[in-house]
Amino acid sequence: MVYLQIFLAFFFPGILGYGGGPSSIPLVEHEVVDNYGWMTTGEFSEVLALGNALPGPIATKMAGFIGYEVAGIPGAIVALLATVGPSLVLMLILLNILYRYRNSPRVKRLSSFVLPAIAILLADMTFDFFNTSYEAIGLIVTVVLMVAAYFALEKFKVHPAFVIMAGLVVGGFFL
Amino acid sequence: MVEQTQEEMDWQLVTKKIAVPFEEREFVAKHRAIFIAFFRSGILGFGGGPSTIPLVKKEVVDIFKMMNDEEFSDVLSIGNTLPGPIATKMAGYIGYRVGGWLGLVNALIATVLPTVVMMIVLLVSLNEVKDFDFVKGMTNGVVPIVAVMLGVLTWEFLVKSKKSLGWKIGTIILLASFLAMIIFGLHPGIVIAVLLVLALSLPIKKEEANK
Repeated sequence: MVYLQIFLAFFFPGILGYGGGPSSIPLVEHEVVDNYGWMTTGEFSEVLALGNALPGPIATKMAGFIGYEVAGIPGAIVALLATVGPSLVLMLILLNILYRYRNSPRVKRLSSFVLPAIAILLADMTFDFFNTSYEAIGLIVTVVLMVAAYFALEKFKVHPAFVIMAGLVVGGFFL
Repeated sequence: MVEQTQEEMDWQLVTKKIAVPFEEREFVAKHRAIFIAFFRSGILGFGGGPSTIPLVKKEVVDIFKMMNDEEFSDVLSIGNTLPGPIATKMAGYIGYRVGGWLGLVNALIATVLPTVVMMIVLLVSLNEVKDFDFVKGMTNGVVPIVAVMLGVLTWEFLVKSKKSLGWKIGTIILLASFLAMIIFGLHPGIVIAVLLVLALSLPIKKEEANK
């Protein structure tokens, strides 16, 4: 039963997330936090942070770990298959058809029509994380850390893995 | 003269062997190459699947010559019209094309497994010490950073929406999905499915068709 839940929790984000793994993250959060309640927003953000600090595709790292947390190694395997399988099968089956219509405006429009909806989901998740942080460490500290992280990431182009490590160290000592 | 590192010499050794077309190479060499190509691009790429794509291209096109530039671009653009993680779609399809079903499994394992194992080991060992104040603080320190990363990603998606849809259609879809998902709490899947149906069924404007 739990395996079916894990499968469904990762099947939908895998089949609905346009724009690669990162855009499926809010969909995963929706299932894992809101729908099945396997994790809190705080726990989810911790997993996401460490996932971002490690190399490789983010969707499979999240799926593998959350599956493992919920139901051990079989859970991890089910979550990975649900994430990777459906979209890959579609690709293998539809490649020839899509190849023929790859210049059709309608097919090109498929991924762009979904972009604004993904943007809303990402904004909602940003707000969730802001709120979690606000409740845990207060408004001022949250804003200071966010501004510092923004400058480090976007202005000084510090590697995300280092910014996350710095956050872990600062948090460990002061928060 | 620039001194060559061991790694560079290994690369040259590997590239020299590929005078024969990739598909005709012997079994072991072929599958070793598939594994190395996707293992390296998975373990060296930070920022999720989409940011590993240039690395995959380097391995697949430049180093191992599994396909040429144009074929790779075709596979990538078709991959982008489908949902789901892009890194595994690319790995699975390219692996299948150059190495059959075994190639598919090989490429997928090389892309996914090393980083998933790293992730599980790291987080499980972190969980062991979860109740120490230091580790609790670490979580608190990292949440605002993730919020910033998500905020930046949100912005990128807004810019991409504007670029590919224009202000008018972009804003309409944005407002409609906000109302549907956030205000009325509709499942995101329903909203995305409706958008896909609209993308395929709405009439195409003339200037779009000419593009």
